[in-house]
Amino acid sequence: MAVNLFYFLVFPGLLFTAVTGAFLSWFDRKISARVQFRQGPPLLQPFYDFFKLLLVKETILPKHGSPLIFLLAPVFAVFGATMAGVFILLPLLNITSGFRGDLLVIFYLLTIPSFSYIIGALASGNPLAAVGSSREMKLIMSYELTFLLVIAGIIMKTEQKIDLYSIIQAQQAGAPFIGSISGVILFIVGIFCIQAKLALVPFDMPEAEAEITEGIFIEYSGAAYAMIKLTKYIMLFILPAFLIALLMNGFRLDGIHILWAVLKVLAVVLVLTLIRNTNPRVKIKQAVSFFFLWMNLLAVIALVLISFGY
Amino acid sequence: MGFKNYCFKKSLWVFHFGGASCNNCDIEILDCLTPRHDLERFGILLVGSIRHADVLLVNGSINRRDKDRLIELYNQAPKPLLVVAIGACGCTGGIFAEGNTFAGPVDKIIPVNAYIPGCPPKPEAIIAGIVKLVGTI
Repeated sequence: MAVNLFYFLVFPGLLFTAVTGAFLSWFDRKISARVQFRQGPPLLQPFYDFFKLLLVKETILPKHGSPLIFLLAPVFAVFGATMAGVFILLPLLNITSGFRGDLLVIFYLLTIPSFSYIIGALASGNPLAAVGSSREMKLIMSYELTFLLVIAGIIMKTEQKIDLYSIIQAQQAGAPFIGSISGVILFIVGIFCIQAKLALVPFDMPEAEAEITEGIFIEYSGAAYAMIKLTKYIMLFILPAFLIALLMNGFRLDGIHILWAVLKVLAVVLVLTLIRNTNPRVKIKQAVSFFFLWMNLLAVIALVLISFGY
Repeated sequence: MGFKNYCFKKSLWVFHFGGASCNNCDIEILDCLTPRHDLERFGILLVGSIRHADVLLVNGSINRRDKDRLIELYNQAPKPLLVVAIGACGCTGGIFAEGNTFAGPVDKIIPVNAYIPGCPPKPEAIIAGIVKLVGTI
């Protein structure tokens, strides 16, 4: 029991993912700034933002709407992200071997933050938040099937193993899956799914600042918004970590391999940041057709290649 | 208290309210956020929603219609809020001070923490003003 609480709250759980994710968030902002020939924020900027929102600012409750659900939604989001992070990182850091079928549990836990944002936005009673949450719903519908196809491809590659630990072991015994043609295709599809899950720029229509002024987060202030920031930090770490576990050999924590583990995470985040800085925001219809037609087509091609052994 | 103030001063998020402005101050404010001046190195970001704002930048002369909206925005913002009046119009009314529709400079409507005069103030002046404001926290 105490060990489980430690797993959840401290080491692979809340504290570790939040701190790592905050540094990754700084990395993301710094790379964005360098791409735009700017100086960029200082290293501890995500921590300043978080503690300012948590400790200094006032939390305003909506007058029309449900204050209780409005406040609970960010807590659920943090909970879902942390649980997903624990289930991803325990096998990945070689602490426990997970359990049979944890891949599907992770898949469902990773959708909890998005659903919490929708519930919180609808509970705020703001029309722009309602627009944002309807966009988020459409975005979830478009990328979830694609993400499931990526996971299906990995399961086919490992001969029907549905736990993360055996997938990592299969890769460490043989070659990482990204070394094959189907692996490269699955990586491309997976990167775009993560981009949409994190709501980064080509797919940031739920929180478009220019048109609907932060959309789903428009009414959040103070501590509630700090919880949302925390969820964003955690998601920025665990989603690349999940992709690394699925396709890029996982982590090995002995000697020089720790450096490789860090570099792998930074490389995936760098790809996400570069996509975000070199693309304009697409319309929701374009995003839906992008995932339903093109990404699903690529994923199905990868599945066919896998069944032929490429 | 020191830690709280330190975090607050390192991460000021700015919401921009343009009154009946001639757009010169708006452009100079945008200049501060461009790569040349880059206010993000001080942690200053432009946010879209007043609920996330720590600083309310007001520029332009405030006429009778703007007055209600400015008060509404001030009431909607979460409370440790700094108000900065930018430009001659925001500080005193400038050449519009005698006008028929003019509803008083910003500090007659809401409390103001810093004034940055100029028509328009240069981006360097705006940054100097923000730095002095941060020093008072």
